[in-house]
Amino acid sequence: MKHLRSIAEIGPDAVRRLLDLTDTMVEVNQRANPRVPALRGKTVCNLFFEDSTRTRLSFETAAKRLSADVMTFNVSTSSVNKGESLRDTIETIAAMGVDAFVIRHRSSGVPWQVSRWTTASIVNGGDGWHAHPTQALLDAYTVRTALGRTGGLEGVRVTVVGDIRHSRVARSDVEVFTMLGADVTLVAPATLLPPVPPAPATDDLDSVIEKTDVLYLLRMQRERMTEALVPSLREYSARFGLTAARAARLPDHALVMHPGPMNRGVEILVDPAELPGAVITQQVANGVAVRMAVLFDLLGSGREMEEAA
Amino acid sequence: MEQSVSRGAQGAAPGPKRVLGPDDIRRATTRMAHEIIERNRGLDGVILLGIQTGGVWLAERLGSEIERIERPVPVGAIDASLYRDDIGIRPVLPAARDHIPADLDGAVVVLVDDVLYTGRTVRAALDAVAEYGRPRAVQLAVLVDRGHRELPIRPDFVGKNLPTSRHEDVRVSSDEVVIWTTP
Repeated sequence: MKHLRSIAEIGPDAVRRLLDLTDTMVEVNQRANPRVPALRGKTVCNLFFEDSTRTRLSFETAAKRLSADVMTFNVSTSSVNKGESLRDTIETIAAMGVDAFVIRHRSSGVPWQVSRWTTASIVNGGDGWHAHPTQALLDAYTVRTALGRTGGLEGVRVTVVGDIRHSRVARSDVEVFTMLGADVTLVAPATLLPPVPPAPATDDLDSVIEKTDVLYLLRMQRERMTEALVPSLREYSARFGLTAARAARLPDHALVMHPGPMNRGVEILVDPAELPGAVITQQVANGVAVRMAVLFDLLGSGREMEEAA
Repeated sequence: MEQSVSRGAQGAAPGPKRVLGPDDIRRATTRMAHEIIERNRGLDGVILLGIQTGGVWLAERLGSEIERIERPVPVGAIDASLYRDDIGIRPVLPAARDHIPADLDGAVVVLVDDVLYTGRTVRAALDAVAEYGRPRAVQLAVLVDRGHRELPIRPDFVGKNLPTSRHEDVRVSSDEVVIWTTP
């Protein structure tokens, strides 16, 4: 694997390999000194053109735990504000000797564009509405471990609720869950669905909640309100929020997930700490291990040479 | 049963040659178990750690032999792949978790592997062990020593010294050791 730009691009074998490798990294993270020398001498550059706290810190932590050097490029203090083009920025940083770029950008497709300008590996940290593959991998890993699976997710019923249309998390998660054999249902108002939904869709959460093994709540982006795609946050919460009444109707074994940051009182109206099936903090913890697996696979596994041979 | 391969470079005519059978392996492991007991009188603080993945069955086998002869000792496993010095030079796939059954501070760790070749795996395993503590001593037990060391590492307990060429692969399972000459 040279790049991780989308789930569809790497395919099911690589997804399973990365999830298996994550097990090893989880074990490293549980040690008193959670650091291994695997990527000594490699340099990872985080290029975040869009706000992010958890994803950036998660990648930074992952790289450091593998003993890679980390550069973090802060757009607000960079020459981008002096009008430097994306290509010049990439070529300048690449000239300093970078083995992998982690890129987040508001425009879809930027990771593909950037990979034409550098020989370094590219990891997509989120591009526009398009893809967020490491989030999808950590979600798949979280479901797999929480449900005690070792291989795929055959027969697991996943319900994804919220703004599917503008969500790269939804797009990548639907790809990974479907690829692993889960049955995905989308729940959203028609205005928040893409023209061609990637899975069966409904606007009635109550009709599917009892047939759900994994309830995945997306963040409701408040800026969508100004676009009049939902009448009001109150109405959205009433129809699509996880209320105490809906939580009570979930099967006992069901997991509740959220990519963060959470809008309490909008998509989630109960305290997740009181939900026995909430695995939201596990998602964050697994995020570091999954990103270690991705960086190791790209930079340390030697898989590239094997595939080239 | 897991089969592991110690791979030499490309060479001459292909073909397998069986050098140890099940009885040979049983006799060799019994003798090694006796030697480990003899060397560590009383077995105080002795822990067997199999190097993932090829050394794990052998550590378990030595552990049950030692238990039969004397008394039980803790048996665990350690994965050296993230500590290798050839990461990025040849394919490496960490496949297994560590299992450290007891505190390594002050212990006598017996590292166990199926084949000793360049010594680089053992060097990586020494680094991995150091993450967990400071053993009083570390010893090395291998079923097959095939030579060609690239580092100053020597085994304390050997099942069979097996002179090989770099053009040969040594394949080990729990009931046979076979030499393949790679095409």
